[in-house]
Amino acid sequence: MLRLLQIEFQKLWLNKTSRILIYISFIFPLSILILSSIKINFFGYFTLDLSETKIFEFPYIWHITTFFVAFFKFFFAIVVVSMIGNEYSNRTLKQNLIDGLSKKEVILSKFYFILAYSLVTTLVVSLIVLILGMVNTPTADLYLDTIFNGSEFILGYFVKLLTFYSFCLFVGVLIKRSAFSLGFLFVSFIAEMILYSLLWFEWYNETTAKSIMQFFPFTSMWNLVDHPFIRMKNVHDPTEIIPTDYAVHWYEVLIALTWVFIYIFLSYRLLKRRDL
Amino acid sequence: MKTILTLQNLSKNYGRLKAVQDLSFSIEKGNVYGILGPNGSGKSTTLGMVLNVVNKSSGQFYWFDGSVAVHDALKKVGAIIERPNFYPYMTAYDNLKLVCKIKNVSTEKIDEKLAIVGLLERKDSRFKTFSLGMKQRLAIASALLNDPEILILDEPTNGLDPQGIHQIREIIKEIATQGTTILLASHLLDEVEKVCSHVVILRKGEKIYSGRVDEMVASQGFFELQTDKEDQLLSYLENDTAFGSVKKVDDKIVAFLKEPLNAADFNQKMFNQGIVLSHLVKRKESLEEQFLTLTKNQSN
Repeated sequence: MLRLLQIEFQKLWLNKTSRILIYISFIFPLSILILSSIKINFFGYFTLDLSETKIFEFPYIWHITTFFVAFFKFFFAIVVVSMIGNEYSNRTLKQNLIDGLSKKEVILSKFYFILAYSLVTTLVVSLIVLILGMVNTPTADLYLDTIFNGSEFILGYFVKLLTFYSFCLFVGVLIKRSAFSLGFLFVSFIAEMILYSLLWFEWYNETTAKSIMQFFPFTSMWNLVDHPFIRMKNVHDPTEIIPTDYAVHWYEVLIALTWVFIYIFLSYRLLKRRDL
Repeated sequence: MKTILTLQNLSKNYGRLKAVQDLSFSIEKGNVYGILGPNGSGKSTTLGMVLNVVNKSSGQFYWFDGSVAVHDALKKVGAIIERPNFYPYMTAYDNLKLVCKIKNVSTEKIDEKLAIVGLLERKDSRFKTFSLGMKQRLAIASALLNDPEILILDEPTNGLDPQGIHQIREIIKEIATQGTTILLASHLLDEVEKVCSHVVILRKGEKIYSGRVDEMVASQGFFELQTDKEDQLLSYLENDTAFGSVKKVDDKIVAFLKEPLNAADFNQKMFNQGIVLSHLVKRKESLEEQFLTLTKNQSN
């Protein structure tokens, strides 16, 4: 496993584009740190101080940060898609196989790298959340159970990354060309959204739409960390509580992990059946 | 003798097209093999199958005694297919380091192998800055990293300039003298003739000959003759049972032998007949001529 990881690491790290993209994908989550400490003054009319909105306090910070940071996953998605595309365009995939890597090892080395990257990113995000949370939560509330209350969102975040990148890997293997793969990812996202709205507004209703769509690729990822807007509204305006279910459910994790397995398995099958 | 590679009834179909049909042969340790055939005769497909990049349709092949998985066996093989394929953004050294990691061998030998192909002083240059000749030499260095049991080369001189071709051939000869088994696929006959001891000849995916190069065509050779008394010579040759076909090519008479006859004896005979030869050369068919004879016979 370590050997495969080293192989993939060398391929990506010595490539300038992927190295820069990996840097960027780490810098953006760190920017949350800055965002939390600044007070934006709007021409003297009013001051926007995000740290006063409670979103940087435990337990809400786990939810809010993982939700927003997840949008930066796009940078590494480009890396994942191009790590397959480049192997095809440089014909190095063929050379790797001739040199004695098996097709299974080719897929595994890429999957291990995705896994390692997701773990490291999750770790970095957890650290950021812990630091910000400790700084912003009133000192009197700082007990271990308050700090880790809501940390299940970190698990949701990790699974979300893993599922998304595995999907990218599969699309990369399927399409072979980086640019077309990214296009395909985007189009399939739009297609799923259209299907969702049709089910919701045209054919059935909200409940049926949700119960069907939770099994679809993008929706299953989205469900892992639900959007925190209604929750935050409830926090700030407790007079009118809107019921909302934002928890990370076990079946949501299960659905996503099933997709991970399907993506990796299909990538392997595709590669195995191909003549290079 | 130790067998390195065995093919049994190996076939590959691309839809209806039969790229390789029922191919069987084996490679013994220590010999230099050539796979010959015109373009599209299935050479690269055959090598692709045994190198794990093309899926076979039927039949089987195994490396060594067949006890290890193909991808593990390939770690003991060095192979170059058509074009040198490396990561353009990595230096020569980094590319070879990656190959070492894939083959699970130590990186100690990188410098030594780069020196063999004359690229040591360019080891920190990126692959994309190399000329085609240098890329091909790097590919050879890469194939040698694990001191392979067999070196497989597919059209190694394709697209190179004469100097590059010469360099590659010198390297191949050098490797061959060290006792490494070599399998060389080519459509260039003189290339195979110069380095190979055995050949497998393919035509439209079928094997039409496999064996030693010098036993390929059972031929006694032929004479190229010139004289003032052409008519007299022609009528003599037609009556002599030692000769088969006789034909006139340009201003020379070419007479094919049916039984052994050396040039000195023949010259003496002619002199006795009162025919003075102004040109007498005894030759054997080149591999190219033999190859054409073989492929022609098969198509009839």
